[in-house]
This record gives sequence, structure tokens and C-alpha cells, in this order.
Amino acid sequence: MPQPIRLKDHEKDASLVRRRVIVGAVVVVLLTLTLVARLYYLQVIQYDYHSTLSENNRVHVQPIPPTRGLIYDRNGVIVADNRPSFSLTVTRERTGDWQSVLDTIVEVLQLSEEDRAIFEKRMKQGRRPFEPVPILFELSEEQIARIAVNQFRLPGVEVVAQLVRHYPQGEHFAHSVGYVGRINEAELKRLDPVNYSGTHHIGKTGIERFYENELHGQVGYEEVETNARGRVLRVLKRTDPTPGKDIHLTLDIKLQEAAEAALGGRRGAVVAIDPANGDVLAMVSQPSFDPNLFVTGIGFNAYAALRDSEDRPLFNRVLRGQYPPGSTIKPAVAVSGLEAGVITPDTRVFDPGYYQLPNYDHKYRNWNHSGDGWLSLETAIMRSNDTYFYELAHRMGIDRLHDYLSRFGIGRKVSLDMFEEAEGLMPSREWKRARYRQAWFPGETLILGIGQGYMQATPLQLAQTAALLANHGKWIRPHLAKTIEDQPPVDENPIPDILVRDPKFWDYARNGMVQVMHSARGTARRVGETAAYHIAGKSGTAQVVAIRQGEKYDRNKLQERHRDHALFIGFAPAEKPRIAVSVMIENGESGSGVAAPVVKQVMDAWLLGADGQLKPEYVPNAPLENLDGQR
Amino acid sequence: MGNGNFDRTLSDQDVMRRRATLLQRLHVDGILLTLLLVLASGSLFVLYSASGRDWDLLIKQASSFGLGLLGMVVIAQFEPRFLARWVPPAYVVGVSLLVVVDVMGHNAMGATRWINIPGVIRFQPAEFMKIIMPATIAWYMSKRSLPPRLKHLAISLLLIGIPFVLIIRQPDLGTSLLVLASGAFVLFIGGLRWRWIIGAVTAVIPVAVAMWFFVMHDYQKQRVLTFLDPESDPLGTGWNIIQSKAAIGSGGVFGKGWLLGTQSHLDFLPESHTDFIIAVLGEEFGLVGVCLLLLIYLLLIGRGLVITAQAQTLFGKLLAGSLTMTFFVYVFVNIGMVSGLLPVVGVPLPFISYGGTSLVTLLSGFGVLMSIHTHRKWIAQV
Repeated sequence: MPQPIRLKDHEKDASLVRRRVIVGAVVVVLLTLTLVARLYYLQVIQYDYHSTLSENNRVHVQPIPPTRGLIYDRNGVIVADNRPSFSLTVTRERTGDWQSVLDTIVEVLQLSEEDRAIFEKRMKQGRRPFEPVPILFELSEEQIARIAVNQFRLPGVEVVAQLVRHYPQGEHFAHSVGYVGRINEAELKRLDPVNYSGTHHIGKTGIERFYENELHGQVGYEEVETNARGRVLRVLKRTDPTPGKDIHLTLDIKLQEAAEAALGGRRGAVVAIDPANGDVLAMVSQPSFDPNLFVTGIGFNAYAALRDSEDRPLFNRVLRGQYPPGSTIKPAVAVSGLEAGVITPDTRVFDPGYYQLPNYDHKYRNWNHSGDGWLSLETAIMRSNDTYFYELAHRMGIDRLHDYLSRFGIGRKVSLDMFEEAEGLMPSREWKRARYRQAWFPGETLILGIGQGYMQATPLQLAQTAALLANHGKWIRPHLAKTIEDQPPVDENPIPDILVRDPKFWDYARNGMVQVMHSARGTARRVGETAAYHIAGKSGTAQVVAIRQGEKYDRNKLQERHRDHALFIGFAPAEKPRIAVSVMIENGESGSGVAAPVVKQVMDAWLLGADGQLKPEYVPNAPLENLDGQR
Repeated sequence: MGNGNFDRTLSDQDVMRRRATLLQRLHVDGILLTLLLVLASGSLFVLYSASGRDWDLLIKQASSFGLGLLGMVVIAQFEPRFLARWVPPAYVVGVSLLVVVDVMGHNAMGATRWINIPGVIRFQPAEFMKIIMPATIAWYMSKRSLPPRLKHLAISLLLIGIPFVLIIRQPDLGTSLLVLASGAFVLFIGGLRWRWIIGAVTAVIPVAVAMWFFVMHDYQKQRVLTFLDPESDPLGTGWNIIQSKAAIGSGGVFGKGWLLGTQSHLDFLPESHTDFIIAVLGEEFGLVGVCLLLLIYLLLIGRGLVITAQAQTLFGKLLAGSLTMTFFVYVFVNIGMVSGLLPVVGVPLPFISYGGTSLVTLLSGFGVLMSIHTHRKWIAQV
């Protein structure tokens, strides 16, 4: 059935629609004329322009890579800059047969098949049509000359000057600043293809990696007209790139060198932090390597040598090395015990040379088997007495110990801007259940009290623990960048300060640490005796191989690589700390004998003037409070 | 002899009449069909050149065209009243499919436009909305009085808004704008009051300005700027525009000749056989070629508008008008963007760009036009 039509309405609707159709038709015609006008403009008025571009083999857009930001140490000494270097580029579309052009290059420069394979790999990383792909870097004068002479056989091959990263300080900052390297395929996938269209290098580790976005800058471009052979005839339009931001580091090159000298060729790590502001003043991991090797691509053999070396120069001991903190954790355990209320400064514990849990036979030994007799807290720190801290850990229990020591940063990433920092490990009941499917044993709590067992910390975390003891628990994440283009870095995820009921708790721990250095029975008194100022310090050893019950540690039986690692943390001047230091020496055995002198040398380098006295600005204006050893 | 002569004259007219009636009996509009065939054959020439003489591509396109023609004829067989009855369920199904695509896209951690049942069917639900959308609004408005009242306008905008948002999330800006336009044109043809149209346009400006200064982040502003002026980003989308302008401009008045374009053949022009195919046509056939193409388009649109004016039902008028105007939007946006007048949104050039789905959708639209025109109860002057 036809639908009911109200004739009058229908007429009205029809005329309304008809009027709108006419409007539509007029608009269609007008807009079509606009298109025709546009085409007329392009094809008739601008014909010569476009035609010439087309004849001369067209317009190219060339990205102009931004200049990478420079990196300075805290005094303005340059740590990473950009050096012009000549590279060989190939534009695949212009070569005709690029495989045979590669053959010619290999022949002309007398290179090997291995190099050719690398070239081929690099050619495949080209991204846009007509993009010149660099395949060989740091050309010598001779190589440039050889290419020039054979240019007629090498269509699409060009020698171009590029800025390439250079690290004038060589090995000094390899583990903190890191290095840049060629962009690999995985990185290619996650990078912004536009911003990186002219860039061939990217930060791989360290500051170079962490601040990649800031250092890189914004790409520029130029529209150029080229001839059929790809030579640029003129620039049609240019937009300059925005250079990357410069970074000033907190590191001090003189202190860095002093710390390396103090290590004296031994394998190990040194971290120095300014406890007042979290600036990392020195960060040394020895042995190191030359980061310049990695910039333009390290040869396979050279890389294999670095990678397979027994001394592990590529291993960043400061950030990735995880060691049981040993006795260096005792001052932090002491503060935790005071805050938890399980001990007071006057609590006395008798040490017969070992500790036994009630109802257990196992003897947990003090390092001094003859025992230290009656001990107060400060004496226990001074003597590094194990029995006292077994008792303290037993009274706290694992849950509280885990809670308090976590606040010191053990088991979490502490740095603000360091790439690939290890977390260390602060064990707990939950952790053990998840990891080993076992309950927590009371004995495991005891050895945590002396920093052994499952607990692991990086040298950076140990230095931060020292800084927290120095500044009374004020958390400032240690950082390497002082300013980025004059802006200090911002901590988006600050760690809460460690608050204690009585600020004197910090003084008790510090006093024990001062006595370690300066008391007649202190474990590191030989180092303290020579100091021109008061140091608060604590030694430690990290076991490399376990010793069985009843067995004695005999250095002569152990291979050198199986000896304990020597640890030491400290800060100075004890009255008003200006520097907190941690030192780890691989297989160094004795914290107070081997690591402590290194700590003092680093402190001397920072605190003492040329006359061997404290620099005037570092002289404390008040004597130590409550420091007399006989409370 | 005289008798035979008489017979011949008669039969001549008779054949003419029968031809007309054959087309009519098939419900096919001769004018539209002729123009479409001309366009299709021309497009194969351009595509052959643009694809770098790829016969496989050509055969695929030709078979899509055949399939589309078949679909067009089938659709033309249904009466508009019958089509109108199936519009509401079609709308519900269409929107549901868009939701499915949206959910799938999120699960796959990436954008998708396709519904893919392997071995059975693979299609983009958004494409079908290009026809379902105007049909829905036309169906809704045909039951209301004209010009649209505020309440009916609001409901229509809601009906348009849902698929629009779903498609823009895919993200497919080009298709979503076409769907939006197709719905809006129904309201326009239906006599939407001028002051409302002007009011809406003037309201958009302060809102946009406020968004710009108070809501958008710098990087979003940057993206909008690049979108509005692609040539400011010559390493990204601007690259295509710079190259396509050079291609069109170097064609001059008469072009470089078929298969003789240089810009488009040296990989300078990405997507030269899809969205940017007009650059190939402009380079090889010059201003004359492009104007000829525009003329064919104008004739198609003119015929569409005549069908609109002559349609007998309100549903038919509104739908025919909207389909015709949307077709013009395709043409205008595509040529505008390739020649650097408009921002780059992914809209193909109808019947010329390579792509089966868009071809089938477009031809289905013309099937609807033919259905509207050939099912009238009394034949007015053609």
C-alpha cells in the first residue's frame, strides 16, 4: 500500500527540499571552481617552478640532525663533546646496483669481507627513500683521497662531515656518563622516526642513556633541490634544528681521579656523595674502559676482549655490583634498634665470643673468638662486635628489621638518574616464601644483623646509607646531573625521610663510628690516627665463599678471587659532614685495613687544601657533642 | 514495400522503447550507469600507470568494480519503502559492529578497523556506516515534519554522534568525517534553519579558541598545527604534499602523457595508487585531464540532485540528496588535500583510487539512488 501522503505538507516539503538542492548545487559548483583555480595555479602559473624541480630530479627533504648536548663536570670541565668526523654514505636509489657499489668500496679501500657484511647490514637500516646511509666512520685522509679518485665508479657514494660524540676524559667517566652507539633495530622501532631521521647515534648507558631525550634535541630540515646525481643545487627552505640541552654533572673530575688513584689499580668501586644535597661527587668502578670505542662501532675482537676479560671492565660495580653489606650496616641497624625501642644507648650485652639462640646448639661466632666482654652500643659499633648485633637483631625480629632497613634504601633503587641501577635485596618473610617456598628461620634474622645472609646492597646504596647517617635521615636521591640547561633535575618520586623519636639516636650511631676511627680500640684506628679531621666510619667484609661451621677463614687456602670483598663507609668531618663515601675492593679481604685508607684518601682530596689542613669552609664551628667514649 | 517500410519504422521505435523499458525494468538509471562506466574505464588507465604497470592490481580493481556493479543493480531492485523498513535494524547492527571493532582494537593493544573472520569475510564496518548513516537520519526525519525541530535535531545529532565517535577512535579521521557529513547533509536538505546552521558554525569558533588556550597541551597544539599545515612537517605527512604538488604542477596544461610521469614513478610519491592517485593523473594528463574528471563528477552529482528533486517520498529525497552531496565531499576533500588546500585526512578519490571496499560502498550508494529514481509510481519528465 502507498503510504498516506498529506498532499499539502508534501508540496511544502518538496519545495523546501528543492530550494536546498539548488543551494547545494551552487555550493558544489563554487567549490569545484575553487579546485580548478587551485589546479590552474599549480599547473599553469607555477608550472615553470614545478617543472624545473621535476626536470632537475626533484625536491628532497633532508633532515638536519640536532647537535647533541654537551656534558660537563661540576667545574665546567668538558666530559662529552662532539667532534667533526668524516663518514662514507651511500644513497641506495642512486647507486644503480648497490651490491656492486659495495664491492667497489671494499676493493678501493682494501677492506675485508667482514667489513662488507657490516656495510650490508647498515644499508638495510635505511628508512626513507633517497636517504644517505652512513656505512663507514672516521675516514682517514688516505681513505677520503681513494674515494675521491674513484668517485666515477661510485655513484651515490659520498664523503660527508658529521659531528660524532667524543669523550675527552676517556676511561674516567665510562661507568657514570656512559656512551652513545649506533641506533640498533630494536631502538629503531621505539624511536620517533621523524625526530631521529637524521640521527645515527643514541645513548646506550649512563647519563647518555638516561637523559637521551634532553641531550638529543629536535630535528631540523631543509628542502633542497638536487640534480640527477644527487648533488644539492640549492636550498629552498631551511628550519634549524634545536640543539640538545647541555648537562652539568655533580661529578668532580679531580675527586674522580683521586678516587681512582686511591684504588691503585685494584678492582673495586668508590662512591662519594655530598650528604647535604645528594650530589654524587665521584663514582668510580675499576677497571674501566674507553667509551670512545663504542661510539662508531667497536670491532668484534676488541669487544670480545672487553667482554671476556676476567677483570670485567664492562661491569658497573657501583650500580650493578651487589654485595652483602657486612658490618657496614651495623650503624643503620643500631639506629633502627634505638627507634624500635628494643635497646637504649645504655643497654649492655655480654660477649663470650659467640651468640646462641635459646634452645639452639648452633653458635653464631663473633669475629674475635675470645670475646669482647660487656658492651654498650657505641662500643659494639667501635669494636664491630657481632654478638651485640646478633642480640639486637634477635630482639627486633625480621619484620621490623626489614621495615627499618628498607627505609635506608636497601632493596630499592635509590638514584635519581642512573641507568640500570640494581635494587639490591632486603629479605623478608614474604620474599623467602616466594623465592624458596620456605618459612623464615630465626638464625637468618641474626646474620642479617651483621649484614650477612640474603641481604645485598650496591656500593651506591652503601654510600647513600652513609649519607643518611650523616644528614640524620634526610632523603635526597643521589644524582649525577646538577643542572640540565641550568635547571636542576626534579625528583618525581621522592623517598620519605627517616624520622626517629629522638634525633640523638643519630649521634649515638655516629659516635660509635667516630670511635672506630679515633678510639684506641677502634678497628680502623690506624687510618684515623693520620686524619687531620674527625671521620665517622665503619668497615665491613662481604663473603665471597661460605665458610662451614667450625671452619676457620684461612686466606692462604683461598684463591685470590675467592677472598672476601673489603667494604668501608664513612663521612667527614664528623661534626658537620661534607662528604659521605663508600668503598668496595674486590677480594680486598680487610675493610679497615684495605678499604678504609681509600676512603680517607678520597676525603682528603675533597676536604683538605694545599696546606694539608681542612679547607676553611669545611672547618666545623662546633665540637662534637656527646663524644667522649664514656657515657 | 510500403508495408515493409512501415514495419521497419515502427519496429525501430519499438526497439528504442523496449531498450528504455529494459533498463527501467532492471531499475537501472542509464545516465548514471553510462557515467560510472566511463569513470571506471578511465580509472583503470590511471591505475595501470600509478601502480607501476601492475596487472594483478588492475584485475583486482576491475573485479571489485564488477562486484560493485552487481551489488548496485541488486540494491536498485528493492523499493525505497522496503529499504526504509530495514534501516533501523541495520543501524543497530552497524553500531554494534563498530563497538566490536573498538573492543577488539583495545584487546589487540592497537588500532584496528577490520572485522576479520578468517576464511569467511573481512570488512570494515565503518564503510557501511557511510550508507546506513544518511539512511537512518533520512528515515527518522521522513516521519517528522520539516523543517526539523530542535528536539528532532538533537536526536539526529545523537544518532550521528555515536558512530562518529566510534570511528574516530579507530582512529580513522577521514571516514568519520564522511559519516558525519552524510548525516549532516540529510538535515541540511531537510531544511535545517539557516540561523541554526550559522549559529552552530559561530559557536564552534569560540569553543575552539578556548580549547586552544585552556585545555590543549603543547604537543597536542603541535599536532593540530601540523595537521592544518602539513608542509610544516616535511619529514612526516608534509613529504607527501610537497611531492604531490610538484607532480601535479609539473604536469602543466596537457600533462606529460600516459605512463610518462616521472615524479610518481620513482617512489617519490607514497600511496600514489591510493589516496594520492590524482597526483599521477595531474602529472600525466595535465589540467585538461583533471578538469575532464571533475566534469564527469559534476555530471554524476547533477544527476544525483535531479533524482533528489524528483524523488516522490521524503525519505527518498533526503537520502538521495545526502548521498549525492557526500559523494561531492569525497571528491573535494581528496583533491583539496592532494593539491595542498586542505589538511591530510585519509579519503580516497571515488572510483579512481585503488581499493575494493570503497568501490563497493560507493556503487551501493548509487544503487540506492537508482532504487529511489526507478520505483516511482508515476514517471515524471526524465
